[in-house]
This record gives sequence, C-alpha cells and structure tokens, in this order.
Amino acid sequence: MENTLLVIVLAPLIAAILAGIFGRFIGRAGAHTVTILGVATACVLSILTLKQLVTGEAQNYYGNLYTWLVSDGVQMNVGFMVDRLTAMMMVVVTFVSLCVHVYTIGYMADDPGYQRFFSYISLFTFSMLMLVMSNNFMQLFFGWEAVGVVSYLLIGFWYTRPTAIFANLKAFLVNRVGDFGFVLGIAAVLYYTGSLDYREVFAAAHHAFAGKTMEIIPGYAWDAITVTCLLLFVGAMGKSAQMPLHVWLPDSMEGPTPISALIHAATMVTAGIFMVARMSPLFEMSETALNTVLIIGSCTAFFMGLLGLVNNDIKRVVAYSTLSQLGYMTVALGVSAYAGAVFHLMTHAFFKALLFLAAGSVIIGMHHEQDMRKMGNLRKYMPITYWTCLIGSLALIGFPGTSGFFSKDALIEAVSESHLPAARFAYYCVLSGVFITAFYSFRLVFMTFHGKERFDTSEAAHAHDSHAVADKHDDHTHGHDDHSHDDHAHDDHGHHGGVPHESPWVVTLPLVLLAIPSLFIGWFTIGPMLFGDYFGSAIVVEESHNVLGELAHEFHGSAGFVEHGITQLPFFLAMGGVFFAWLFYVKLTDVPGKIASAFSPLYKLFENKYFFDDVYFAVFAKGSRNLGQALWKVGDSIFIDGLLVNGSARAVGWFASVIRGIQTGRLYSYAFTMIIGLAVTLGWFVLHWLR
Amino acid sequence: MSANLNFVVAYPEIFVLTAACVILLVDLFVSDRQRIVTFLLTMVSLLAAAFITVQYGVAERVITFHGTYVADPMGTVLKLSTYGATALSLLYSREYLQRRGLFKGEYFVLALFAMLGVMVMISAASLLTIYLGVELLSLSLYGLVAFDRDNGIAAESAMKYFVLGAIASGMLLYGMSMIYGVTGTLELSQIANRIPGIGLNSLGLAFGLAFLVVGVAFKFGAVPFHMWVPDVYHGAPTAVTLFVGSAPKIASFALAMRLLVDGLGGAVEQWRPMLVVLAVLSMAIGNVVAIAQTNIKRMLAYSTISHVGFILLGVLAGTVQGYQAAMFYTLTYVLTAVGSFGVILLLSRQGFESDALDDFKGLAKKSPWFASVMAMLIFSTAGVPPFVGFTAKLAVIQAIIGIGYTWLAGVAVFFSVIGAYYYIRVVKLMYFDAPVDNGPIQAGVALRTVLSANGLAVLALGLLPGLLLDLCARVIS
Repeated sequence: MENTLLVIVLAPLIAAILAGIFGRFIGRAGAHTVTILGVATACVLSILTLKQLVTGEAQNYYGNLYTWLVSDGVQMNVGFMVDRLTAMMMVVVTFVSLCVHVYTIGYMADDPGYQRFFSYISLFTFSMLMLVMSNNFMQLFFGWEAVGVVSYLLIGFWYTRPTAIFANLKAFLVNRVGDFGFVLGIAAVLYYTGSLDYREVFAAAHHAFAGKTMEIIPGYAWDAITVTCLLLFVGAMGKSAQMPLHVWLPDSMEGPTPISALIHAATMVTAGIFMVARMSPLFEMSETALNTVLIIGSCTAFFMGLLGLVNNDIKRVVAYSTLSQLGYMTVALGVSAYAGAVFHLMTHAFFKALLFLAAGSVIIGMHHEQDMRKMGNLRKYMPITYWTCLIGSLALIGFPGTSGFFSKDALIEAVSESHLPAARFAYYCVLSGVFITAFYSFRLVFMTFHGKERFDTSEAAHAHDSHAVADKHDDHTHGHDDHSHDDHAHDDHGHHGGVPHESPWVVTLPLVLLAIPSLFIGWFTIGPMLFGDYFGSAIVVEESHNVLGELAHEFHGSAGFVEHGITQLPFFLAMGGVFFAWLFYVKLTDVPGKIASAFSPLYKLFENKYFFDDVYFAVFAKGSRNLGQALWKVGDSIFIDGLLVNGSARAVGWFASVIRGIQTGRLYSYAFTMIIGLAVTLGWFVLHWLR
Repeated sequence: MSANLNFVVAYPEIFVLTAACVILLVDLFVSDRQRIVTFLLTMVSLLAAAFITVQYGVAERVITFHGTYVADPMGTVLKLSTYGATALSLLYSREYLQRRGLFKGEYFVLALFAMLGVMVMISAASLLTIYLGVELLSLSLYGLVAFDRDNGIAAESAMKYFVLGAIASGMLLYGMSMIYGVTGTLELSQIANRIPGIGLNSLGLAFGLAFLVVGVAFKFGAVPFHMWVPDVYHGAPTAVTLFVGSAPKIASFALAMRLLVDGLGGAVEQWRPMLVVLAVLSMAIGNVVAIAQTNIKRMLAYSTISHVGFILLGVLAGTVQGYQAAMFYTLTYVLTAVGSFGVILLLSRQGFESDALDDFKGLAKKSPWFASVMAMLIFSTAGVPPFVGFTAKLAVIQAIIGIGYTWLAGVAVFFSVIGAYYYIRVVKLMYFDAPVDNGPIQAGVALRTVLSANGLAVLALGLLPGLLLDLCARVIS
C-alpha cells in the first residue's frame, strides 16, 4: 500500500518536473504525454485504492515515511493517512485532473506556454494529493500552501496581462489572511495537544481542550477549542472563498478556463471543506464554532448566488455559482452533516468541472468571446457542448435523479433537522438559494444556447469559402494574443466573430466523461456515503448533532429519495427558477432590462458585488499602501536612512577623523598616550581594588 | 634535580637556535644569485622543527630547567602554528624581497630568531624566560622593520617601535620585579601558589599586575598602547608587516596565557576589568579609525587592533571555554591576516607597492580568482559566515555570554557591524569599481598556489570549524 501511495503522489510530481524543466527538450507532445501518463497512473491507482478500501481488501493506511525534523520533541513528518474519505478525495482530484489534462490539449493548443501549463497543473495535482493524503498538520499546511502557489501561478498564467497579474496578486493577498488564521490554528492545536499528528491530536483533543480557556483580550475568556476551530476555519474561508474572504475567486477567472475547472471549482477551493470535515473531531467540540460556520456558509450561499443573476460573463456566472455552492457545503459542515458536505463536494466537483469546461468549450467556439449577450442559439452549432452543459446545469439546480439533486436535497433536509440556533436562518438561505441557483443556471443556458443568434456572422458570411483558413489562423493568433475579455483585442485581427463551431474531440471527450458521473454518481453513492457507514471513523459526529442519523431513518433507497424529493419545496423552487429564466431570457427578453432599471439601486449593489472590493481597496489596500508610504517616508527615509544609517555613518566618520588626528606620528605623543594609559590604569586600580 | 634538566622537551628551541646559526654561517658563503639556498634551508629548518615538535611533543605538562621552561600540548600546537605562519610569510615575501633587493640572508636569520623568541615565550615557565622571549622577539622585529634601511619611513617606524617597545619592556620588567618582590619567586606556578597566601589586597601585587597588563597590552597592540601598530604596519616593507602581523600575535596570546592565566590566574577578578576596558577601547578605536584609512596596510593595522579586542574578550572570560575561544580566534586570525597581506604582496611589483585601497579597484576584472580569494579573506575578517572568522567571533561571544557579560557581547557585535563597513568596502572596490592599475600580476606559481590554498582554508575551516575547535579544546582544559 505504501508504495502505491508513493507512486500516486510522485507520478504527477515527476511529470511536472519533466514537463517544466525539460519542456523544451521533450516538446509539446512530450509534455502533454508525460503529464497525462503521470496523472492517469495516479488516477488508476487511486481508484484501485478506493476499491480495495470499499471492499475491505485493504485496511486504512496510516504511517510516516520520512521525518523532516524534530524540534523540541515535536515531530514533523511526511506521512500518509488514507481512509475512505481520503481515497474518495484522491479519486475526485485525479479524475477531474485527468479530464482537465486531456481538455487542455485542445484549449491551449496554440499557447506558447503549453509545457509550462502542463507542468503547473501536474504540480497542482501533486500538491492537492499531498494535502488530502497527509497524516499531520504540517504536511497539510505544506499542501495547502503549495496549491496556493500553483493557483497563484496559474491565475497569472498570461502574465503579460495586467488584469491577470492583478487577479493573482489579489488571490495571493486574500489567501494570506486566511492562511495566517490557519497557521495560528495549527499553532493552537500544537500548543494544546503537543502534537501535529492527526491521530494523536484527535485522541488527545477531548482531554487536552477540556475546560481550557484563553484570554486574548484581557477580561474575556474564550474556550480554547472555539478559538482553535475558528482560526482553522479562517483558513478554510480563505481557501474555500467564504464571505468575506471570497473576493479573489471571481477574479481568478482571469486564468485559463481549464484551471478554473480544476482548481477554482473542483478541487483546491474544496480543500477548506475537506479540511473541516477532517477536523470533525475538533469542530464537534465547539457549538459556537459550528454556528459561526453555519452563518458564514449561509450568507455565502445566498448572497453570492444573487450576484450570479446579473453577470454577463459566462465564466463569472459559473464562478459565482461555485461560491454559492461552496456556501452550501459550508452550511452542511455547520450542521455537522460532514458526510453531506463531502458528498456535495464530490458531486459538485464533477458537475462544476463539467460546467466550466463546457463554458470553456463555448469560449473556444465563440473565438474567445465570453460575453453571453453576444451568444445565443449555440445549440445548433455546438450540440455536444450544449447537451453536456445542460446535464451540468440540471445537476447544479438539483433536478431529481441527477447527482446534484441527491447531495443538495439531502443537505437541505439536514439543515432543517438541525437544532443549532443559526439553523433556521441557514434553512431559509439555502432554500431561497435553490431558486436563485436554478434561475441563473438556466439564464446561462438560455442566453448561450437558446434564443436569437446575437453574434456577428456577417463577415464570415461573405468570406465563407476562406472560412476554414481564416478560422485556423484565428485560433492560431489567439494563442499568442492576450486572451482578453475585451473585444478590442480581437478587433485587431480583422475577422472577429465568424460562425461558432463545435470543439475538437480532446475538448468534448472530457465533457462527456464528466457528464456521466454528474448524472449518475449520486444515485449509487448516496446510500453508503450519507446514511451508511462509508466514512467509518474518518468523520466524528456528536450524538446531539447527528442530523444525518435522523434522516437515515426516513431513507429507503435512492428511488424513494427521488420520489420524496419531487413532492418537496426545493423541487418546486428549482422548477420555478427554470421557468422564470425561460420567461425572461427566451420569451420576454425585454423584461430583465426593465426590472434592472426599476430596481436600479439593488441592481447597482449586485453589479458592484456589494462593494466588497471597493471597501477592501479603500480600507485595506489603500490603508496599507499609505501605511507603507508613511513608514517609508518617515521611518525609512528620514529615521533609518537619514538619522540612523547616514547619521551614524557621518558620526563614525567624524569620530574617525578626530581619532586619526591623535595619531600624529610624533613619538612623544605616542609615549605620552601610553603613560596616560598606565596612569589611568594604576589610578583606577588603586581606587577600585584597594578602596 | 636531574629530572629537571629534561632537554628532550626543549629540542625544538635547541634545533631552531642551531639552525639559525648554521644558516647565518652558510649564508656567508653563498653569492647573491644563490641566495635561494638560504631561503630553502630556512624552509627545510621550519619543516624539521615541525617534525621535531611533533615527534617530541608531550601529552602532559612538563616543567623543566628548574622551573623556567614548560612544555605542554597547548605549547606544541602554538609552536606548530608559529612555524606555519613563519613559513607562509617567508614564502609570500620571497618575490617581493627579490624585486626590492632585500633578499638577504639576514632577513631569514632575523625571522628565525624572532620565531625562536616566540617559541621561548610559548614555553616560558618563569618571569625571566618570558622576558627573554619578549626581548628576543622584539629586537629581531626592530631589525626586520628597519631592514630596508635606505627607506626613510621604514627607519622612522623602526625607531618609533624601538623606543615605545623599550618603554613597554621597561614597564613589563618593572611589573615583574614587583610581583617577584611580593611573591618571592620567578616561577609562574609558584606565583600562582603563593597569591592566595598574600591576599589580593596587597598594594605591591596591584601595582605589579597593572604594569604587567600594560606590557601585555603593548605586545598585543591594544588601545591605548596601540600607537606603534599603524606606523609599523605602514612603514615596514609589506613582507615585514606580514611577519609582524602573524607569528608575534601567537606570541602575544601565549604571553597572556602564561602570565595572566598560569601565573596570576588567581587574580582574574582583578585583571578582568582592565582587560574589559582595553578590549572595548580596542574594538571601538580599531574599527572606527580603520574607516578613515586610505592605505590598506594601515587599515589592516587598525583591523588588527580591533581583533586584539576580540582575543582579549576570550581571555578575560577567565574560563576554559574563553581561553579555547581566544586561541581559536588567534590562530584563525593569523591565518586570515597572512592571507590578506599575501594578496597585497601578490599584487605588488617593481616600483608598485599596491598598498593603497585604490590599488584594489577593479581587481575582479583583472584577476577574478584572486579577487574572490581576497573577498573570502575579507569576509572572514569581517566575521561573515560561512567563513572561519564568523565561527571565531561566535566562540568568543559565547564565552563572554557564558560569564554573564551579555552587554559586552552586544558591544562586540556593535563594533563588528561598524567594522564590516570598511571590510566590505574593499570587496566593493574590487568588484564594482573600474580598474586604476592595469599592470599584470607577476607572482610565480608557488605564491599563487599557496595563497589560493590559504583563501580556501579560510572557507574550509569555516565550514568545518570542528577540527580546529576540537584541537583547541583538547590542548586547553
């Protein structure tokens, strides 16, 4: 088992190194072959591991492979802990990653940074695997930071674009806030339990945290466990983009679409969810922390969904839906339905990756146009993309039978069962969220694939014969230009627009591959994962919080669950959302504009994303710039440079020249100095010693 | 008492004395063109002396010649280092002396006698032996400084050195006489035994100790008894400066160890405050004034003064750890200083001394390798890791923190930082300024090779300080 796990982790790493450092020698085909082989190896072995664990052929693995350092008795190891939770994450990560690798061959076909891109996504896979397979907090933090680094590199992949650089810097800075909390949380765990090892920490947690309080502000004693959990959760908020640390995720769409699918939808952003589920033994000990988690999650789920309603950029709509869905998962964590959160994480990984890749396919088809107002009726031109996108959207809104239905419905039911004080609020948030989700998802589908063709085909029409050539050229030049959303970049080519076309097979194959689990995986896995004992000891839930346990009494198989689901409120809300989307964006296409002008203050609020960015810029960005400026001007220039550095240098120089003057070169003054020295020594001696 | 006439342990001194006399005679019979014979004979003598020292080295402290001569493991190591320093300086000097017509037999004989003086000081077990060694070394050095006798500056500095040295010797002798008066013995071990009986409040002991400390401070060149150092370093021919800056430093350390530790160790509480003042003043004046220098020999003179401050820190700790640190510091300092002057000698040629700071401008373009050798030596002198100078400073600072003098450690670090400025300025001149002097390096293969090895040794010892540290720990315990 140990060797298998090592291969799973190292195969993508080696591939990343080969593609990254030797990319020039192995060429484009070499780079994608080697990385796909690496990830495919990891994927196959992960599936085998999962199968062995499920069938009971293999036991949970727990072991240290390498001691990095020992400091003051604290061991920092590299080791793996593989139980069914981990194995499921490994399969999700490697499978989505594999799909994205294949997809990238088509999407990045003409990009000059082809090898670099493959190297990065393989490196990401390695980092993410290290994160999920870790058996200790240190390695978890390593993986946590490593995925952050790769995410940073990939958001700024087109590093000549100022917007991309801005976005990756923003992601980096916002994640600093989260990671700071996270590392403090790890420190708190170490402080109280004396170990970084999962097994030891969880075993010692009850005893170690019992009755412990800490006073950060004098006079206010807080439960140690609450503070610890909240700090850890701050880390999760950063990585999983929960309000108010969500601002980086929409901007991360500056990166190439494949990574939006892999990193900013399916895997990395769910690391926070995974982490909290992993830490369930700790979070279960603090209801305050759980309530906080619940409130943050519900706000994210509801308010971020609303923003999806007004966006016209196809990728950003999907991005806001990701935010909202991450909110759903967090809500599930808050009501102690960890299994529900992880279950939704899994189904979401498939259908959200699918949606992103479909959006990417549309973007390729539309010659790198991302504005939905310039699309329409694409189902005629891109049937595979249309159908797969439709499947993804149905799963997202929770259409009965699809995987999203099982996870989301179970999640909402779980919230309704919870007795936490914040559960009521959360319930209304997630419930209204269903309507919003359905509305914006089908708004996307209808605007993109249905209705009138709003793109400009005129030019292509009278140059139809040369279209194939022009098209090819078009693709080619796009690889080299800056992939901007701004259409002016494309106007330069002189043959903007043209008839959309279906994408090549390397793009559509992953769509189909992802559509399959999006449709069916929920049906087969809900029983064991949510209500069976699939997770075993990986997830710990207190008896009083056990909402899934309550639900389990009413669960009678997947079919029964579907039957029950279509009589419930969420189903009608979802259908209502689809209906209104159809009404507004296919039937009465002038209504949305009227509504927007009627509720213009609200619309402005949404358009400006609740002014989060503006406030952050005004307060934090500008504040820290001003602080930096002030410290530089006053502290550095005047005080340190002027007074301390130059001042002391001048003082020393002056002193040196004075002393140098004493060195007259005259023998008698030398001798005189010696005599003075002797006299002082003697005098002091007599005074001091003999008193 | 026959057991007290143990000649075997004194073989090194006896051999060096004989060799020096033989070389003096042989030199009479070789012509100027064959002078290389003298040089080679000297080198062979040094090698043989090293062999004899190792061969007859003692594992335990042995006192002989009626309590005037001591042989111990520390002495063995110090003597071997002295041979090494002497050999290196003669090797580096050869071409320099040849080009200036100073390649004479007397030079080597004087160097050997100076070295003999160092050896006598190292093995001194009584006040008289110490004085004998001090005078033998000093007189030889006066002669060496004035060796280029047609050179006005050299003659002037030799004169200053001689007069000041005479005053210092007088003080030392005066202090010794007082100690003798109080204790009634010249043997250091006996002095150590009798001090408790006399009591530390004796006025005679106080005065004697003060004079002795002044004498030691002069030999070290510690402020305020440092005035001769810059003038001698600057005025003497570079080859002589190199010699003055190497082996005699080991002698000074030995002098401090024999006199203050072996003899007056019981009065450590009394001499420690004096050394504190001397050390702080040396580090302050040495580092600060070095900044104002334009001549690299003068700059290195002030640098020496500041390093003496560090060596004194180790000694004043008064602990075994401190003595070990001081010894380590002395040995590595000598190695580094020899190398630095070696580079000056390497760059000099007929009519060009290469002793101004500006002469180092753009060395990296002229000779990247020797610029990097110089950079290594300079960084080591400044105490930058991973070079050995850092380890040495660290050891000394640990020792004084060990006795609770944290503030003194702070002072030492503070002045080291100031000192770093003028050291690194040399690196800046070598690497970032345009060359002023474009003459080629004329030095031969031997000089180049040994100098390169010297520079690399500074790095190697910095990376693996354990070897020498262990040795110091073994011989002082």
